Amino acid sequence: MSINELASTISNLILIVFLVGIPVYGALRGVKVYETFVEGAKQGFEIAVNIIPYLVAILVAVGMFRASGAMEIVTGLVPSFLQDMGITSEILALALTRPLSGAASLGILGEIVSSHGADSFQAKLGSVILGSTETTLYVVAVYFGSVCITRTKYAIQAGLLADLVGVIASVVVCRFIFG
Amino acid sequence: MLNLIWLGLLVVSAITALLTGNLKPLVNAIPESAMNAFKLSLGLTGIMALWLGIMRIAETSGLTEKLSVLIAPLMRRIFPGVPKDHPAVASMAANMVANMFGLNNAATPLGIKAMKDLETLNPVKGSATHAMCMFLALNTSSLQLVPFGAIALLAAGGSSDPTIIIFPAIIATSFSTISAFCIARMMSKMKRYQD
Repeated sequence: MSINELASTISNLILIVFLVGIPVYGALRGVKVYETFVEGAKQGFEIAVNIIPYLVAILVAVGMFRASGAMEIVTGLVPSFLQDMGITSEILALALTRPLSGAASLGILGEIVSSHGADSFQAKLGSVILGSTETTLYVVAVYFGSVCITRTKYAIQAGLLADLVGVIASVVVCRFIFG
Repeated sequence: MLNLIWLGLLVVSAITALLTGNLKPLVNAIPESAMNAFKLSLGLTGIMALWLGIMRIAETSGLTEKLSVLIAPLMRRIFPGVPKDHPAVASMAANMVANMFGLNNAATPLGIKAMKDLETLNPVKGSATHAMCMFLALNTSSLQLVPFGAIALLAAGGSSDPTIIIFPAIIATSFSTISAFCIARMMSKMKRYQD
């Protein structure tokens, strides 16, 4: 079994544990699983509709940036050792936007998916990066703001460093699994 | 910040297109990108709905609550400055479990409650405690186990195996969370953060 197939199998097992295990647990605890599922799933459309303006804003801006030739120029500025590892200008843009805004970084991943294809290395790497980092600056602002803390000490530094580790780990893991 | 970046992208694109003679491809890209954005957004619906439905069962059945109780002993080791019977232990645990499941709507109010509970232990108002910094470092390192937003996007884009990213994402997010813990623990020992 190749490493790619192994990753796929483990991913599928984890997914099944969630998708089957949770309803089984719910049923054992006397939850009406079908009605509860439907009730929760109703929000799905709302979320998808809410994300439209963000995706339009990002895809149009980045799409224009790509079509104008500016993306190529910026890509030329990215050191070649980074590009050899799969860290292209789009992946850098994704990693830099991530701490600021979840919707904008999802938009950049959307642009990568629509321009390189959903099965491309960049799309997979971008997805793993999105899954292993957070909207650090946003979370810090909301949480510290709620208790009027202005001296944040090392919270932001630690959070951003952890995001950096997440990005590096994503690159290493993706190179290893998806080549 | 995003205002500037977005405007910058538009202006730089227009200028570059004029200079390189790529005006036609630029203009063609505009409606195409807008259409793609709409298609991708709508394509998210199925998987979003599926995940939110399953997660509603996790909440209603008390599974998330049960997991919060299970990880409470771990909290004492992560947050030595918080007494073990303090309400902050329960609210931080509940917030972290909600984050692991990607329940953003539930996680934020729980996180704010946790910060308010931690604030009752704060001797210097306006200045963060070590427990707050650790809590935020862990929170911002991404605790989410299954990145269903990215999976939904890959599926919407026609991926042949959108869920394959689950395993690599769990590995990468474990690295970022463990390093957040280590970094925050190390920085809490630094002289300038002692007051």
